[in-house]
Amino acid sequence: MNLRLVLLLALALCVAVPLSLLAGRVWINPFSPELHSASTILVELRMPRAVLALVLGAGLGAAGAAMQGYLRNPLADPGLFGIAPGAALGAVLSFWTGYASAPWMLPVFALIGAGGAMTLLALIAGRGGGVALFTLAGLMVSSLAGALMSLAISLTPSPFAMSEIVTWMMGSLADRSWREVWIAAPLTLAGIGVLLHAGRDLDAMTLGEMAARSLGVEPLRLQALMILGAGLIVGSGVAVAGIIGFVGLMVPHLVRPMTDRKPSSLIVPSALAGALLLLFADCLCRIMPLAGGELRLGIALSLIGAPFFLRLLLKMRQGMVA
Amino acid sequence: MSFGFGADNVTVAGRLDGVSLNCRRGMITAICGPNGAGKSTLLSVMAGLVKPDSGQAVMGGRPLAAVSLAQRAQWLGYLPQTPEVAWDVSVEVLISLGRLPWRDAPAAEAQDAIEDAIAAMDLQDLRHRPVSTLSGGERARALMARVLATQPGWLLADEPFASLDLAHGLALMQRFRQQARAGKGVVLVLHDLATAMNHADQVLVLAKGRVEAEGPPEMALSREVISRVWNCPAHWLGEPGERALSIGAPAPLAVDFRQGFV
Repeated sequence: MNLRLVLLLALALCVAVPLSLLAGRVWINPFSPELHSASTILVELRMPRAVLALVLGAGLGAAGAAMQGYLRNPLADPGLFGIAPGAALGAVLSFWTGYASAPWMLPVFALIGAGGAMTLLALIAGRGGGVALFTLAGLMVSSLAGALMSLAISLTPSPFAMSEIVTWMMGSLADRSWREVWIAAPLTLAGIGVLLHAGRDLDAMTLGEMAARSLGVEPLRLQALMILGAGLIVGSGVAVAGIIGFVGLMVPHLVRPMTDRKPSSLIVPSALAGALLLLFADCLCRIMPLAGGELRLGIALSLIGAPFFLRLLLKMRQGMVA
Repeated sequence: MSFGFGADNVTVAGRLDGVSLNCRRGMITAICGPNGAGKSTLLSVMAGLVKPDSGQAVMGGRPLAAVSLAQRAQWLGYLPQTPEVAWDVSVEVLISLGRLPWRDAPAAEAQDAIEDAIAAMDLQDLRHRPVSTLSGGERARALMARVLATQPGWLLADEPFASLDLAHGLALMQRFRQQARAGKGVVLVLHDLATAMNHADQVLVLAKGRVEAEGPPEMALSREVISRVWNCPAHWLGEPGERALSIGAPAPLAVDFRQGFV
């Protein structure tokens, strides 16, 4: 059953990727490529953007599935644990210090921020490896990074830098090149690998922490795997594209009823569905007519995500959520 | 693996005070006691899930803490008192989680163990049902089957009969007996003293974290022990093996209504 779902999603991606390359402000007709610049647009602009959408979407989908499994909570989102705000803080500091204009510096700053948040999370939550402490530590790191980020923004030396920060924070894949792909892809894939490795432990967590331990789960090891896996994915994603929310929350939800509902069965299908969702949302941003530029991806996803979240809450209120 | 397993002089602050328990394979050991006696704490110390402040759980003369988690998971099957199931998986998937400690075992062996557990807990008709649609008793059977599917050397179960109906309770007891006969160990936390009296080979009575009595059920659950530990007058009815517990002192039946309404 699971294999069929994976094949179906892979097939959908095979259809969606070529189509997405054709869509945009300039539509490319594959049968009569009249534009001279068509190949340049495809190879230098749209392909890296599509690949980045696939990589980030896959990462967020997988991280969402794993986090929900780890916390045994369908409302968990990989962005909740302070890693995304940590990375964003790093990025803001690169704008603040002016290093952002140098080619590799923004992502490097963001990755350092993500790494710092992961370390802090591990230090605070560590030892016992309990899930409740982990969640609280994540909230603490998250609000600390958020506060520092606001502080940095309020102290920004120039209005120009401030507007750059604000635009960047909305999350977007516009004007990304192969360079961003090379930063994000290896880290995200490594992160997905780490989460897949934790699959069996996540399955055991279905029975609660005590029973999971009696089934041989080492809480500290599992926690470390979660911080590392989700950290690599979220950190590298924020480093190249800003903050993109809701994918990690929505996708596992949509996919779960189509699987046997074990966390490990959910990771790969969620990755594929996440890739599909981000690709679709990014295309939507590109073709949406909007004065003065294009719709930001982060905003688009929040606009899709908020009603989805509301629907989920209403369903939960009726006690129907599964 | 050696035959001995138990807790040696275990203390857990505020819950257990120098408790020792020695279990042997081939026997059913029951842990009884009033609310808050420390029964569940003792069982989770034996399962290696609670680290005692002093003393230790011992398996074959070896401290349990020295045994790797993976090996422990294969040896000890543990049913918590309040089991939870986070996701709405099917009964079969739930039971298959019991095979997680045997990650290198062949798939056929895993399937056999799952089928055996399904048959033991009479879950054939429910195997494809989502857990959320089960009744409390059905759910308890599925969770017990998850522990059986591990096929551990020792079964540690906290109140395994709590929500089972008569027939399924009896079937589970027969299963425990069969496990014991096959040379495995069974340790149960039991609330129902009659079950302990009729089916256990050895009983440990705890109160306020201390051992109050230990030994064969007729001795450890004598009316003196019950009235002292549970603070409740009681006496056993029936023959050994089919005992029933009558509680409360025979009350005077005559009521003087004229006085009652003054």
